[in-house]
Amino acid sequence: MATQVNDPRVVEFDVRTDEMLVNMGPQHPSTHGVLRLVLRTDGEIVSEVVPHIGYLHRCAEKIGENLTPRQWIPYTDRMDYLAGMNMNLGWALTVEKLLNHTVTEKARHLRVIIGEMGRIASHLVGMGAYGLDLGTFSPFLYAFREREKILDLFEEACGARLTYSYITVGGLTADVPAGWLEKCEAFLEQLEPIIQEYHTLLTTNAIFIKRTAGIGVLSPEMAIDYGCTGPVLRGSGVDQDLRRDGEEIYTEMYDGYAFEVIVEKEGHYPKDHDYPPVPEEAVLGDCWHRFYVRMLEVVQAIDLVRQAMDRYRSSAGDIGEPVKLTQKLPAGEAYLETESPRGQMGFYIVSDGSSIPWRARARSSCFCNLSVIHEICRGCLIADVPAVVGSLDIVMGEIDR
Amino acid sequence: MSGQDFVERLKKRFGEGIQGVNLEAIDPWIEVAPDSLVEVSRYLRDEADLRFNMLNCISAVDYFEPDPKKAAKVKWEPHLEVVYHLWSLPNKSSLVLKVMLPRWKDGQEGELPEVPSVASVWSGADWHEREVYDLSGVQFTGHPFLWRILCPEDWEGHPLRKDYEMPLEYHGIRGK
Repeated sequence: MATQVNDPRVVEFDVRTDEMLVNMGPQHPSTHGVLRLVLRTDGEIVSEVVPHIGYLHRCAEKIGENLTPRQWIPYTDRMDYLAGMNMNLGWALTVEKLLNHTVTEKARHLRVIIGEMGRIASHLVGMGAYGLDLGTFSPFLYAFREREKILDLFEEACGARLTYSYITVGGLTADVPAGWLEKCEAFLEQLEPIIQEYHTLLTTNAIFIKRTAGIGVLSPEMAIDYGCTGPVLRGSGVDQDLRRDGEEIYTEMYDGYAFEVIVEKEGHYPKDHDYPPVPEEAVLGDCWHRFYVRMLEVVQAIDLVRQAMDRYRSSAGDIGEPVKLTQKLPAGEAYLETESPRGQMGFYIVSDGSSIPWRARARSSCFCNLSVIHEICRGCLIADVPAVVGSLDIVMGEIDR
Repeated sequence: MSGQDFVERLKKRFGEGIQGVNLEAIDPWIEVAPDSLVEVSRYLRDEADLRFNMLNCISAVDYFEPDPKKAAKVKWEPHLEVVYHLWSLPNKSSLVLKVMLPRWKDGQEGELPEVPSVASVWSGADWHEREVYDLSGVQFTGHPFLWRILCPEDWEGHPLRKDYEMPLEYHGIRGK
């Protein structure tokens, strides 16, 4: 809820001040990359926020018009560089939709394992960095300690730690090495109890609740109107998750998996695990809820990886071969959105029949999530702006492409 | 509702506003006349059984072949398409709208083609339209603040046009 002048937290409501323009960024540590916000402030109260983006624009879409789809995979890594695997998956599925290509069952389950591990890694960074935004350093270190182990696993599978290019059109570049699944299982076993620690450190921490509960409230209507997706949309109580509601080519990956969409329904979140209670101060759609949804999604992802590993083990055959590097594309166009950790990542491919797309377009989830910031920051305190920006969990590489 | 019924319904309501359909495409699309775009969008958003309340993406595709040899072989006339990907939250279904535009307004090179802005229907369109204007060069009439968003404000040209040429120099930085 926007802070009102008669709010007891505002101590200077009777002090007459001049309006001032404050530049936050592009190098401000809490803007998650190179985001510049111009704040129009009246004392401590922000009356207007104007975001300036584009500092990391690398013309990814123009490059996509000059490369074959498989050659463009490494560029998708560099969009959301905290969830490279999920970006690869989004583009690979879009091209497969155009090619009408189905991957083998084993590859499908391996993609779920990799995609959900990517989600855990991404949400861990989101959580740690959010702690940093609010002035606490330790959660960041705890989060990176665990994320490092996921990166080790990814490195073992594909050789890279950040820009994987592992999931590719037609499958994956290689199968996971022998013994990988056991290591992955051991990691999950060890991660699960640590989530409780994170909850103690942040989710249920009194200071954390004071900083986030009731701050930057985003109503469901506004979230829908601005095209917000992912945890931002679900944090406002809108029941939508493309893993359940998306197009068939994507949902069939999760066919038969048991999972509940993390969203507050009828006044409560899913009860399949022992989650910490929602504090009284929290309002649906505020920073705390967005953070909470992410934390719960980590637990959900652990469940999904476990289920996927069982299925991967029991499915026959191999992971198949990726399509040729210069595979001819049928003339036509396809658009597909997938549920990446930050929201719905959409790719659009238009082909004229050659092996190079006529047009490659990336619809960024953070781009839409950020576009709502001037609405939810209006009337908040300057100190709350980092809290709101952090709760949107943006990655500038994806916004600017 | 089948695709054909849906199109008939729209045609009955908007007549000439619906200019064409392609139901065989992977993502079936409906072509809308630029003048009826806002009206059609509002109808699609507000109608009780449709409720396309989310705008996922606006993209522009430039159909132009700069190479004269290849240009002789292509099957289409040079034009620009603005593609709207819509999503209905209550029905969990998607819809694609297309608007066909000339590459330049009145055939005069440098004059951007115009299409009405849908930012009054979906607020999310605001940034998407700024991006399309910036990269593909489409003038969205009625947009609250049509300004470059990804490129610097003094950038010249629209990079996703097929005949775009990289500048040789920008503020002392060498290009190409």
